Amino acid sequence: MAAMQRYSIFSLLRGALSGHRGWQPAWRAPEPKSSYDVVIVGGGGHGLATAYYLARNHGIANVAVLERGWIGGGNTGRNTTIVRSNYLLPENQRFYEHSLKLWEGLSRDLNYNVMFSPRGVINVFHTDAQRDYWIRRHNGMRYAGIDAELLTRSDLARLVPALDLSPAIRHPIVGGVIQPRGGVARHDAVAWGYARAADALGVDIIQDCEVTGIDIQAGRVTGLQTSRGPIGAGRVGLAVAGHSSRLVEMAGIRLPIETHLLTATVSEPVKPFMDKVVSVAAAHVYVSQTDKGEVLIGGTLDGYNSWSQRGSPARLEDILSAACEYFPRVSRLRQLRHWAGVMDMSMDGSPIIARLPVEGLAMTGGWCYGGFKATPASGWCLAWTLANDAPHALNAPFSLERFRTGAVLDENGAGPVAWGH
Amino acid sequence: MLLIPCPFCGDRDETEFAYGGDAGTERPADPGAATDEAWTDYLCFHDNPKGPHREFWFHRDGCRRWLTVERDTHTHELGAVRLSRP
Ligand SMILES: Cc1cc2nc3c(=O)[nH]c(=O)nc-3n(C[C@H](O)[C@H](O)[C@H](O)COP(=O)(O)OP(=O)(O)OC[C@H]3O[C@@H](n4cnc5c(N)ncnc54)[C@H](O)[C@@H]3O)c2cc1C
Ligand SMILES: [Zn+2]
Repeated sequence: MAAMQRYSIFSLLRGALSGHRGWQPAWRAPEPKSSYDVVIVGGGGHGLATAYYLARNHGIANVAVLERGWIGGGNTGRNTTIVRSNYLLPENQRFYEHSLKLWEGLSRDLNYNVMFSPRGVINVFHTDAQRDYWIRRHNGMRYAGIDAELLTRSDLARLVPALDLSPAIRHPIVGGVIQPRGGVARHDAVAWGYARAADALGVDIIQDCEVTGIDIQAGRVTGLQTSRGPIGAGRVGLAVAGHSSRLVEMAGIRLPIETHLLTATVSEPVKPFMDKVVSVAAAHVYVSQTDKGEVLIGGTLDGYNSWSQRGSPARLEDILSAACEYFPRVSRLRQLRHWAGVMDMSMDGSPIIARLPVEGLAMTGGWCYGGFKATPASGWCLAWTLANDAPHALNAPFSLERFRTGAVLDENGAGPVAWGH
Repeated sequence: MLLIPCPFCGDRDETEFAYGGDAGTERPADPGAATDEAWTDYLCFHDNPKGPHREFWFHRDGCRRWLTVERDTHTHELGAVRLSRP
C-alpha cells in the first residue's frame, strides 16, 4: 500500500505549480476480502471514525467499512453540523465533552481540514421558566468544567445583530446562553477525513455494498450477507443511524428506537452577516450561516414515523416562518434546497453505544438529531467496545439494558415518546 | 403533507392531528400485575417498519376522536382509517 500523501501548505503549492496533476485518490477502492477481524456497517462519520480508531488506538487494522451507497451520503451529509457539549446530565456532559475535545484536534489528527469552526453556540429564551432551565443547565456545565456563559439582551444585540430583540414580537427574547467552544464543521470533510486516515492505516472502505443479512452461529456473529457476496467477520459494529432497527432485526433484536424525519433548508448565499449559531427555544428553529454564505436553517421532527426522506411541507413552513420572525432579513432570501434525514429517535433521547445480545455484535445508534457532534467520540467508544468486548466508562451508561433497568438518560424529561425528545 | 380521511370530518391536513404512535402496543390490562418486562415492551419497544404501519392519530382540531390509521411509512400511502374505540 502506498503511503498516504500528506496535505500541507507545501503540498498545496507543489500541486498548484504542477497543474494539480499529482494528487492521489484519498482512499483506495478495494474488492472485499473473504473475511475481516472487524466489519463496520455504515460509511457515515460514525462508521468511518470507528474504523479509524480501531486501527489507530487498538492496532486492529484488518477492518472493512461497508456502505450501501457512497460514504457520507447519509445523515452525515444531511445535517446542520452543530457541534456542542451543552448538556445537563453528567453522563452526557462527559461523553459530549470528550467528543468536543476530539473535534478540537481533529484536523491535525487526521491531516485533513474538517473546517471545525468554534464560533459559539447560542440558545435564546423567552420566559422566566426557560431562563431558569438554561441557567441551571449551564451552571451544571460550569460545575463539570465545560465553558458556558449567560447572555443579556445587550450581549445578544452585540453578538448577533441580525436577531430581532424587539419586545413587539410574539415571543420576545429575554436573554440567552452561549457555549463559546461550540460551533460547526464541514460535514463531508469529516467523512472524507476519517475515510482517508482509516484507509492509510489499512482499513478497506467498500462502497456500493449493502448488508442484507447477519450470520450468527451458536449465538455468535460470524459474518454478513451483502450485495457483493458474503463477508466473514470476527466482530461486527453497526453504525447505520436511522436504519438501526432494520439492521438489528436481521439479528433478531428489537430496539427502543423509532425512525422519524428531520428537515433542514438552505438559502441562496449572501455576504457574511452572522458568525454564531443561534437556536430559538420558542420556535424550535436554529440558524447559522455557512462558509459559502448560505443561511442554514433547521427545526424539529415531522412528528410521525417516516422513512421517506422528503420532509413535510407543513414543517418546512413552521421552520421558515420562525426564521423570518427572529431573523427578519432572512425573509427576502430565496431557499435553494430543503431535505430531510431519517432519524433514529430513541425512547429517552440518548444514544445506544453498546454490545448487543449476540456475541461479537455491537452498535452505535439512537442518535436522534444530535449525532454529528458525537461522531468522534461515538467512533472512539465503539472502537473501544469492539476491541475490548466491553464498554469504556464513557459509553457504559449508553447501554441497551438501561431501558429495562430504568437507568434511562432522558435529558429533556420527555418520557418514552420517541418523537418527544 | 398528509391528508388524513377522518370518518367524521373528511380529508383533513396532518397539522390538525396529534400523532399517537404504534397502534400495535397493548397497555397491560392490570398494571399492578404486569411484569417489568411487559411494561418496558409496552413503553419502549415498538414496531418501526419501513412499510405498512398501524398507528394512532388524534383529531385535535376536529372531532377530537382517536383514529387508527394504516399508513406506509416509506411512501406515506394511507390505507384504512377507523375509530380506535368504536
Ligand atoms: C436535517 C438534519 C439536521 C441535523 N443536524 C444536526 C446538528 O446540527 N448537529 C448534530 O450533532 N447532529 C445533527 N443531525 C444528526 C446527525 O446528522 C446524525 O446523528 C449523524 O450524522 C449520524 O451519523 P452516522 O454516521 O451514524 O449516520 P449516516 O451518515 O446516516 O451513516 C449511516 C450509513 O449507513 C448506511 N447504511 C444503512 N443501511 C445500510 C446497509 N444495510 N448496508 C450498508 N450500509 C447501510 C447508510 O447508507 C449511511 O451512509 C442532523 C440530522 C438531520 C437529518
Ligand atoms: Zn375528525
